Amino acid sequence: MNNEQAKIISELSGTNAKQCMKCGKCSGRCPMFDSMDIKPHQFVSLIAKGQTDKLLESKSIWYCLSCMACVERCPRGVAPAAVIEAVRESVIRVQGQNQLKAEEVPQFVDPEFPQQILVSAFRKYNR
Amino acid sequence: MQEINKEYQPLIVAFCCNWCSYAGADLAGSSRLSYPANVKIIRVPCSCRVNPMFILKAFQRGADGVIMCGCHPGDCHYTTGNYYARRRMTLLFDMLDYLGIEKERTRVEWVSAAEGVKFSNVMNEFAAKICELGENKRLEDLRCKE
Amino acid sequence: MQRIGVFVCWCGSNIAATVDVKRVAETLGQEPGVVYSADYQYMCSENGQQLIKTAIKEHGLTGIVVCSCSPRMHEATFRKTAESAGLNPYMVEIANIREQVSWIHKDIEEATVKAIILGRTAIAKLLLNTPLTAGETGVTKRALVIGGGIAGIQTALDIAEAGYEVDIVEQRPTIGGRMAQLDKTFPTLDCAACILTPKMVDCAQNEKIDILSYSEVEEVKGFVGNFTVKIRKKARYIDEKKCTGCGICMSVCPSKKGLNEFNMNLNNRPAAYIPFAQAIPNVAVIDPEQCIKLKTGKCGLCSMKCEAKAIDYTQQDSFVERNYGAIVVATGFKIADLKYFNEYGYADNKDVITSLELERLMNAAGPTKGTLLRPSDNTHPHVITFIQCVGSRDISGCGKPYCSKICCMYTAKHAMLIREKYPDTEVHVFYIDVRTPGKNYDEFYRRAVEQYDVDYIKGMVGKVYNENGKLMVQGSDLLSNEQITIASDLVVLAAAIEPEPSVRKIATLLTTSIDTNNFLTEAHAKLRPVESPTAGIFLSGMCQGPKDIPETVSQASACAAKVIGLLAKDKLKCNPCVSISDDSMCIGCGTCANVCPYGAITYVDKEFRLGGGKTEVRRVASVNEAVCQGCGACTVACPSGAIDLKGFTTKQIMAEVEAVCKR
Repeated sequence: MNNEQAKIISELSGTNAKQCMKCGKCSGRCPMFDSMDIKPHQFVSLIAKGQTDKLLESKSIWYCLSCMACVERCPRGVAPAAVIEAVRESVIRVQGQNQLKAEEVPQFVDPEFPQQILVSAFRKYNR
Repeated sequence: MQEINKEYQPLIVAFCCNWCSYAGADLAGSSRLSYPANVKIIRVPCSCRVNPMFILKAFQRGADGVIMCGCHPGDCHYTTGNYYARRRMTLLFDMLDYLGIEKERTRVEWVSAAEGVKFSNVMNEFAAKICELGENKRLEDLRCKE
Repeated sequence: MQRIGVFVCWCGSNIAATVDVKRVAETLGQEPGVVYSADYQYMCSENGQQLIKTAIKEHGLTGIVVCSCSPRMHEATFRKTAESAGLNPYMVEIANIREQVSWIHKDIEEATVKAIILGRTAIAKLLLNTPLTAGETGVTKRALVIGGGIAGIQTALDIAEAGYEVDIVEQRPTIGGRMAQLDKTFPTLDCAACILTPKMVDCAQNEKIDILSYSEVEEVKGFVGNFTVKIRKKARYIDEKKCTGCGICMSVCPSKKGLNEFNMNLNNRPAAYIPFAQAIPNVAVIDPEQCIKLKTGKCGLCSMKCEAKAIDYTQQDSFVERNYGAIVVATGFKIADLKYFNEYGYADNKDVITSLELERLMNAAGPTKGTLLRPSDNTHPHVITFIQCVGSRDISGCGKPYCSKICCMYTAKHAMLIREKYPDTEVHVFYIDVRTPGKNYDEFYRRAVEQYDVDYIKGMVGKVYNENGKLMVQGSDLLSNEQITIASDLVVLAAAIEPEPSVRKIATLLTTSIDTNNFLTEAHAKLRPVESPTAGIFLSGMCQGPKDIPETVSQASACAAKVIGLLAKDKLKCNPCVSISDDSMCIGCGTCANVCPYGAITYVDKEFRLGGGKTEVRRVASVNEAVCQGCGACTVACPSGAIDLKGFTTKQIMAEVEAVCKR
């Protein structure tokens, strides 16, 4: 790994991206695939290559439902959702950039949102 | 090779299994990779042939360090011999530590027949360590001294 | 007292340049027990060996120490030299003063002193050496092959060809194995039955081969050259000698609910059945789970109609015990269980099938008579999707960590055959990697893509679901970075293969080692690939690892060559450096038997005299010298110190340690 950031994300995710055999099963199952600019399998491969810049700018991290289908399906024991979550955390953790507080979440709630997003949002912010 | 204090020559006994480590030592030889002359190799068929008594005897007779080399785990010529050896040595070295023989004086190392470089590196390192620790007097049988 | 001769070799300048060989020879000549010492330029040369031989005779030497190169190099040479001069070959010790001294040290003084110490160590060991003689055991000139698939058949035919008797034990009612179920074989696309069944017939007709079908190995005793094996012949309820294989029982049997295992359970078969038309032996078998007569006592139709009077409802399992010199394991493989892969919907959709099932659906002798029809509604599928690596290369715990090796090729074969036979079908293949090493293999795969327009998609399927009678296959296309869904009529899973589960029991019976994936371990991954670490046990085919047919056949023949090599010997010479147990010290605790990786140690009851006419029977360890490989694990494990290793006795090594430590 040539990038310090990639190392941190890798540690945060607790998953070994090198185990990936590039089968793409994660992206094959992802329900939010079409909305993502960077696809789940690319998260894993970019982390393995140490290229985090694209990931940190990616909009995909806000589309991931944390449904864990990719984790469930991965034949290599890699957890793409955990990598996405770790990227998300690294974006949020940048000092002074915490956009939301848990208390503020309800005012943004749209009844159209799937339940999963709310759960995921609380998981993300309520730390 | 580390410059060794001429006055103090430690004595190191190395038990090497015939199939991997002894062959590794041969490879170190044929590759002309030097290691200290005070490392003396004793050939055994398998690391599991090394009776803890041999090691105690070596210390009793004035050895300053004992190293046991075997095939890498999973590569044992006799399938499982090195696993037995590993367990035995773990226990023995713990006990020796308790008796005052520092853990650095005893060592288990896996050296394959292809690892001549590793063999010589391990021996150099180990000898340097023993030089640092100095003479072993703890178990030495003074009656054996001339 | 021994009379020892020391021979110091110069090895040209290899040793002599850094070691003062004259001084070594002189100093060692003064050692107690040494009566002769000499140095010579090349000890291993003709002249050098002559020098040793002459010295042995002239000075009446009882043992020799050669200070030369590594014992791994010339120990055997000098042992032969000693033997030809009338000395026991195990009275030779080598001091390695080349690899361990001259080649690694530069200082002459330092090197010479070390050479002397190593020489003394060798002398100290030699003083305690005793002459050893290699034991001999006879060889039973008969081999047992466990498993009657293509691997077992080829091994048996090759052994029989060399003139030795072979028995094939097959757990199913017929030999033929998995290959008999296949339709065509890659890369030549010749029909499996056309090339396999003649070999099966050869087996049946060869008078050296005895086929024990519907049988299992029950018990194995003995060791290399002298195995005794007990075989259970399962009750067929049909007299094998009388049955003519006419098939009347099959046609009259009213119970038709048994699943046809040969057709991968895709259709049913009667309770009395012959697995397939070319079965060898061509003898029916009655399935006791399905037979109405055996279950309720009422029926007996087959018995009434059988003209040969072969039906016997009272038959019981019988046992045969035979002696063998060698045992070949050729147990083969099965398709791994897909229960952890519900994302592909194998259990819920009839039209999601495994490749082996497709093989039966394409086979002219299969349930659809060779027309490719979907199992659910017997219609012709127009879109067929193949999914590769189902359960292979999976370290998540659901599947197998290894590559099943054959799937890439058979999927290309299936895709090609379907496109050839039904040009109106669309064939998609989801792959992770296409692995086609092998002669004409990659060309074959390319033909599927280029000539037959098979659509290969790099990516994996995440989900298969049923929507309005169509199987929706959702997966990723990594090269175009898209998620795609293919509405298919038939989905074929290239399921992982795994060793036949019964191999575990067989490995235990044979005391041979097995890895975490249930594949049998070979004695050496590169240099002894068809032998197991246990002497006299050989491996043929898939039981050792995933293989295709050409590879299986080559391994089977290699295995036969090894067996023939063993059976050709009248006597087996054993390594004399084996363990020996001292009965007077053995407490019969069983520790040594537990650590022995070869099962060489057994316990026997022996009678001992106590004096005063009294005797006592005690359980003591007994080492089988033909099986022991001389690792010495038992010697250290023995709590009473009763077991020792000949050639490397505790005393000898102790003496070496002492000599080495002497300053």
